[in-house]
Order: sequence, then C-alpha cells, then structure tokens
Amino acid sequence: MMPLLAVRDLTVTFAAAAAAAAGPVRVVDGISLDVMPGEVVGLVGESGSGKSVTLRALLRLLHAAHIGGRVLWKGRDVLAMPDHELREMRGKGMAAVFQEPTAALNPVLPIGLQIEESLSAHTTLNAAARRRRAIELLGEVGITDASRRLGAYPHELSGGQRQRAMIAIALAAGPEILLADEPTTALDVTIQDQILALLLRLVADRGMGLLLVTHDLGVVAETCDRMVVLYAGRVAEAGSVADVFHQPRHAYTDALLRSMPGEGTARTRLAPIPGQPPSLGRPPDACAFVPRCGYTNPLCTEHRPPLIEVEPGRASACTAWNRLPARVPS
Amino acid sequence: MNRAGAIAGRIAQIVPTFFLIGLVVFVLARLLPGDAVSAMLGDRATDETVQRITHQLGLDRSILSQLVAFLAQAAQGRFGESLAFRVPVASLIVERLPVTLMLTGMATLIALCLALPLAFVAAMTANRWPDILIRTVFQVGLSSPVFFVGLVLLTIFAAGLHLFPVGGYGEGFGEHLYHLFLPALTLALSFSAVIMRTLRGSILAVLRAEFVDFARAKGLSSRVILLRHVLRSAAITTVTLVGLHIGSLLGGAVITESVFAVPGVGRLMVDSIFSRDYPVIQALTLILAVLVSLTFLATDLLHGWLDPRTGV
Amino acid sequence: MKRRLSIPFLIGLTILTVLVLCALFPDLVAPYDPLAFDYTAMMVAPNAAHPFGTDQFGRDLLSRTIHAAGIDLQIALFATIGPLLIGATIGLLVGWFGGLADTLVGRLIDLVQTFPFLVLVIAIVAVLGPGLNNMYVAVALVGWVFYARLMRGEVLVQKGADYIAAARALGYSQRRLMLRHIMPNAIRPVLIYLVTDMALAILLGSSLGYLGLGAQPPTPEWGVLVADGKNFFTTAPWMSLFPGLAIVLTGLGFSLTGDGLADLMDVRR
Repeated sequence: MMPLLAVRDLTVTFAAAAAAAAGPVRVVDGISLDVMPGEVVGLVGESGSGKSVTLRALLRLLHAAHIGGRVLWKGRDVLAMPDHELREMRGKGMAAVFQEPTAALNPVLPIGLQIEESLSAHTTLNAAARRRRAIELLGEVGITDASRRLGAYPHELSGGQRQRAMIAIALAAGPEILLADEPTTALDVTIQDQILALLLRLVADRGMGLLLVTHDLGVVAETCDRMVVLYAGRVAEAGSVADVFHQPRHAYTDALLRSMPGEGTARTRLAPIPGQPPSLGRPPDACAFVPRCGYTNPLCTEHRPPLIEVEPGRASACTAWNRLPARVPS
Repeated sequence: MNRAGAIAGRIAQIVPTFFLIGLVVFVLARLLPGDAVSAMLGDRATDETVQRITHQLGLDRSILSQLVAFLAQAAQGRFGESLAFRVPVASLIVERLPVTLMLTGMATLIALCLALPLAFVAAMTANRWPDILIRTVFQVGLSSPVFFVGLVLLTIFAAGLHLFPVGGYGEGFGEHLYHLFLPALTLALSFSAVIMRTLRGSILAVLRAEFVDFARAKGLSSRVILLRHVLRSAAITTVTLVGLHIGSLLGGAVITESVFAVPGVGRLMVDSIFSRDYPVIQALTLILAVLVSLTFLATDLLHGWLDPRTGV
Repeated sequence: MKRRLSIPFLIGLTILTVLVLCALFPDLVAPYDPLAFDYTAMMVAPNAAHPFGTDQFGRDLLSRTIHAAGIDLQIALFATIGPLLIGATIGLLVGWFGGLADTLVGRLIDLVQTFPFLVLVIAIVAVLGPGLNNMYVAVALVGWVFYARLMRGEVLVQKGADYIAAARALGYSQRRLMLRHIMPNAIRPVLIYLVTDMALAILLGSSLGYLGLGAQPPTPEWGVLVADGKNFFTTAPWMSLFPGLAIVLTGLGFSLTGDGLADLMDVRR
C-alpha cells in the first residue's frame, strides 16, 4: 500500500536572523517518515528537537526558511507544488491542529465563520449548507448545543471546547491526514484524555492518517501505532510503539524511557535526562547525544552514526543499538 | 453577559468627565494673575467698565458660587458675551465649530486614504525598499510642523499653480470642500504618519500571528486572509488610533486654520488670545475637551462593537 | 548582546551634533551678522553669497537660521525638562506608594489628556501672556502627565522584580529602595522618551512662535522666522523655506536619535 504521506530527507534551514547564531541554522536535518491511511504515527522529541518545525514544513507554513528534501502527499511533491495546488492540498489533503487554540483561532471572528471559510475554500456548498455542515462538525467533535455555538467567539469557549473547535475546523474539508502539533499540551489532564480519545475515534471513523507531534511518551503509548524519535533535528530511531517501548534501539530513547515514571502513573514530561539538548548552530560531525549519553564509544565522535535499518521496520542511528537493555514488559 | 449594562455604564461615565472638564476650565480662568478684569480690558479701561464687567462675570461673588454658576451656565450652553465681538460666545462657536469639524473630518478621511494602503504595502514588504521608502517619507512628515507644511502646500498649489484658493471658506458645500482641501491635506499629512507607523507594526504582528498560519493551513487564499483576518485587526487598531489622536488633530486645526485663514474655532481661539477675549478662550477650551471626551466614548463603543473581546 | 549602531541613529546623532555646534558657536559658523541690514541686497534669492537668500532688510537668512538654533535647542531642552522633573517625581511617588493618591493622580492624568494638548497649552499661555517663559510654564503644567504615566508604569514593573523582594528582605528602608534601586532603573525608558519628546517640543515651540504666542520677535527662532517670511511667500518663498527645513531637520534629528537609543537599550515602545 502506498503511504498517504512520505517524507524523504527533509531539511529546514533558517537564515541567521537571531543575533545568537553566526551562520544559517539547520533545525531539521534529513528526516524521513511515512504515514499510512488509518495509521497514527507519533513524532517524539524534546522542545528544540525540530518536531514542530517539521510539521509546519510539511504544509509549507514556515516563514523565511529554506526547506529541502521531498514531502510526498499521495505521491505528489508538496514542496514543488504551484500555489493553487498547495492551497487545495492544505485543509483538504493535509489539515493541521496546533498546540494553542487560543493563538490559532482568530479572536475577533466567530467560530462558525472560521469553520465555514474552510468549507467555502474547499467545497461548493451554499451558505445554508455550509451552516448545516458546520453544525454537524461541531457536533462530531463533541460540542453540545452546536447551532448556538456557531456565533460564539473563541474567548467565550473553555480551553477544551476551543481545542475541539479547532479540530472541527481542521476536519471541515475532510482531510486524509491530520497533522496535530501537541494538541493536548495546553489543556488540563482530564481534558487531554477526552481530546486524544476524540482524535482516535476520528481516525477510526474516517480512516484518516494522523501524525501526532508530542513530547509526551505517555500520549504515544496510548495512541500511536508507530513512533519516530527526534533528537537535535535528526531521527534517532523509528519503529512500532510496542517494539520501541519493549526494546529501545537508541541510547536517547533508552534514557527517555528510563525517565518515565512507572506504568499506570500520570503522564510526564521528558525532563530528567541530565544535560541540555545541543544548540543547532554548527553541529560537529558526531552524534549529538554524546554529551548526555551513557553508552558512548569512540565511533560516536568519529562520524555521525547514520540511520540504518537494524531489523525489519526498525531504524536506529546509534552505535550502541544492540547493547541497550530490554525493558521489563508490564 | 451584560453587554447593554456595560455600554450604559460607559456612557454614564461621560457625566463626571464633563463636570471635571468644567472644573479645570474654571480653575484655569481663576489662575489669571493680578486683577483678571483689568488684564482682560487692558490699561485704558475706566473704573466703571471694570466694575461692570466684574459684576457681569460674577467675579464679585464667592468662588464656590462662581463655580456653580459657571457650570450651570455652561451646561445650558451659555458662556457669556465675547468682549471682542460683542455677541454671545455660544453663537460665535455655533457659527464656527462646523467649519472645524468639517476640516478635521476631511483630514481624517484623507489621512486614512493615505495611511491604510501604504501601511499594508509597508508591512508586506517589511524591511525591503518599498517599506523603507514609505517609512522614510513618513518619518520626515512626522518631523514637519503643521504650519510649515501648510505654507509649502500654499506656496506650491495655491500661489504657484493656482489650483486651490489661498484661504478662506467660500459659500456652499462645494466651495467649502474646495477651500478646505489644502488645509485638510496639511493636517492629514502628519496624522497619516502617526496612523501609518502604528498600523504597520500592528499589521506586521498580525501577519506573524499563529491564527494567520492556521488560516493558511486551512487552505485559504492570501486574498481571503488579508481581507478577512488581517483587515479586521487593522480596523480595530485604526479606530483606536483615530480616537486617541483626535486631540492632536484639533490642536493641529488651530494652527492650520491660522495658516489658511479658515474661519473655524481654531483661528477664533488664536485671535481671541490677542484680543484678550477670555470668555471665548474659556468656552472653546471647554467645548474642545468635551468634543474629545465624546470622541473617546464613540471610540470605545465602536471598538467594543468591532472587537468581541472587550466588555463594552 | 552586542548591537550595531543603525544608520538612522548615526544620521540623527550627526544632525544633533551639527545643531549643537551652531547653537554654541553661531558667530563662528554664520557668514554674516544676522542683524546687519544690507539695502543693496534685499530679498535676494539663494545664491553663492547668500545660500539661503536674504530677507526684506537684506539680512542673511543662513546666518539668521544658524543664530536661531540656540533658541530652538533651548526650547527642546526647557520645554521637556519641566515636564520630566514634575512627571517623573509624581510618577515615582504614586507608583511606589500606590493607594488613594495613585488613583487620584491617575484620574487627573486622564482628565488632562482629555484636553487637546496644544489647545490647553494655548489656553494657559493666553492666561499667562505670550512669551517663551510662559510657554515653558504652560508646557510643564500639561506635559508632565506623559512622564508621570510612563514613570508610574515602570515603577510598577520594577516593584515586582525579584531584586526588590530581595532588598526588602534585607530590611532596606523605603526611601533607600525607592531612590537607590527603583528610580535608576525606572528612569531609563523615561530618559529615552525625553529625547523623542524633544522632537515634539521643537514642533510645539516653533508652532507657538509662528502663531506669535511663543518666542517674540526680534528673538531669532525658526517658527518666528517662518512667520516673518509668510507675507512674502509668493515673491520670496525662501524666507520661510529654510527656517522651516531647519525645524524638520531638527525634529528628524531628535526622533531618529530617540528611536535609535530605544533600540540600543532594548526599550519597548
């Protein structure tokens, strides 16, 4: 089966706008991943690992950045599309849900209008039909009393409702893939679970692909089929969630999993690995994780370890991939 | 949500504001050093005249009763008699205020026509040559005093090219428009510089806002994004800006009317200073402040209507 | 973080330097005596001998414009220093102590801002009588509100800063905290605003001079010079043009410098 989305060797380079960096900064460096229909793929990493930038690069939403590599949506290269095709693909082919609904929704336009303008861009529905569709969509994402909520402004909704509204907007044109950038981070824990359940139900109902960007391993464990772990703008390892959680093949993943609290406790953030993520200015030709790694050997600093297929469906860029301990299955 | 209540509350606030404006103007008049009446009338006034005026102005009563009388009179639109024109101050103002209102109205329109498109161009070409050119020109405009801009326009377009009259107001609406065009343009130039500068910044901020990225992610065209998402925010900024700067616009009108000999309240104010026509100065100061506070009120209400986040 | 000096900032500084030199040593810079009549060269258009032309008495306009720089720079200074001193002091006190005084001063600031700035200044000048000194008094009575509002806001920000909590814990006196810790930090943005405000002061001062309410003839002041020339604007436009351009240039000098300083010190506007 052909993947809905195939990313090949994606790079994102920002010109040195900030005074902190001397030259151009490569924030994403050679990322590849696939998303199949009906599949949930987690893109995992600390802040600054390049995961959000990757998501925005897939839709060409970045300002003043150079994007390299290929982003194939159903075989068509998004990065080479002319503007009118790109507009059609956005929203209808791939739609996005952002982290902060408060910032992503226009504060001075009613929710209904923000759904309907997506419908007018992608469908031939007339005003009355758009309105009916908008009510259906709000109902589908679990907003009660939808017909009255159409006229509500974002600030009149609760945080969870705002996120539901943003999902409804993203769904409006019936996208085949949903790109979700930390969709639950801004929410209370109880609301987080509801939103994740909603996303999973939509994936199942509509057969969509879902690329879920998160720093939360708990979210990945609960929702994803496969996961791609990013470190410093590169893929550290990739594989099915069950495999990776059972037997990490990268020292970074290993450290991440160790920093998680025991099973059954609340989800937590990936903080307690000693040391800081590297800055992305001019990376040396070595594994970026070396300063924080417990498995370092001379090979790690000789050259940057390439991403290799270590077993079917598993890729790793770690020299110690076969020396990492398996984790006790729960 | 009690929107109507909030609006009523905001409207009710205007009453104490009017009272305080009256108080300031009253205090100002009492600051007149020395004997106020002889200061007004000059050295040649007879004792009899001084006495008559003193009584006429109620200056022989207690301060408090003077204040009460002043406020009561002002509330009825009675400001006494002009010393220079020998007519009620109110009728002078009624005659001249429309001229100033038309001048500032035209200036606001011209300023918006100049500033809005240019602010968009500047924001969308940020830090490239159209932006730098626009900003440089407006920076110079911002540093140019109104009277000088007026004289330059007068020299070129009225005296040189004979396209416009050198001053006055004319008869009938068409002639008013014609006569007021150069003065309004003069006022508009510095005003548009203020609007352009702030609006450019606000449009730039909106263009970089997350909700614009999200709108792009929905597949909306740049035209829809610009006309719906960006313009709406720009309109909110503009309304606030125009409201906030109405005072400096009226101040500018004082100068412009003097340069172009426009018979509005601004010129009346300057003339009154030289003829020591204090009742007129007092009344104008009060009327113009009331005008500003009414504009602030209108701005708040309009802003509330445009921006759903505000309470009013 | 190292910041580069921007080109507009350098232009602003250059303009101000030239102006200050003109103001300090007008006799060295100016080619003629600004008051000397020359009946052989009346209303002469700009030429090599008189780059700015001459007026109806044959006085050299370049020299007159240079000699006016002193008065106009004095206006920039005196018309801002009064508002600064009054406003910053009031803003510091009410910002620090808060309470009823803060509320009342806040209302007073709102009230003063309801009056058109120029109209209120003119009204006060009308009461006091035209002239430079009375103009300074009028501007101080009205203009302090901008400084008070700015200073109060900065004091509130500083009050919440960690180092103040630390200093309080050390038992420093109120007076010491306010004058030695809050004031020096809060005053920086205010001083930067002062430079920008000088541009506005020049515009205001010359406008009042033009109207006959500020500097009085024969004091050489640019606004007064423009007014002197306005009766001849059809026959001798240069009489108003060059003093007017001097105002524009000075205003530009102050505002470019002010903006540049704000960028350099990273003060939000």
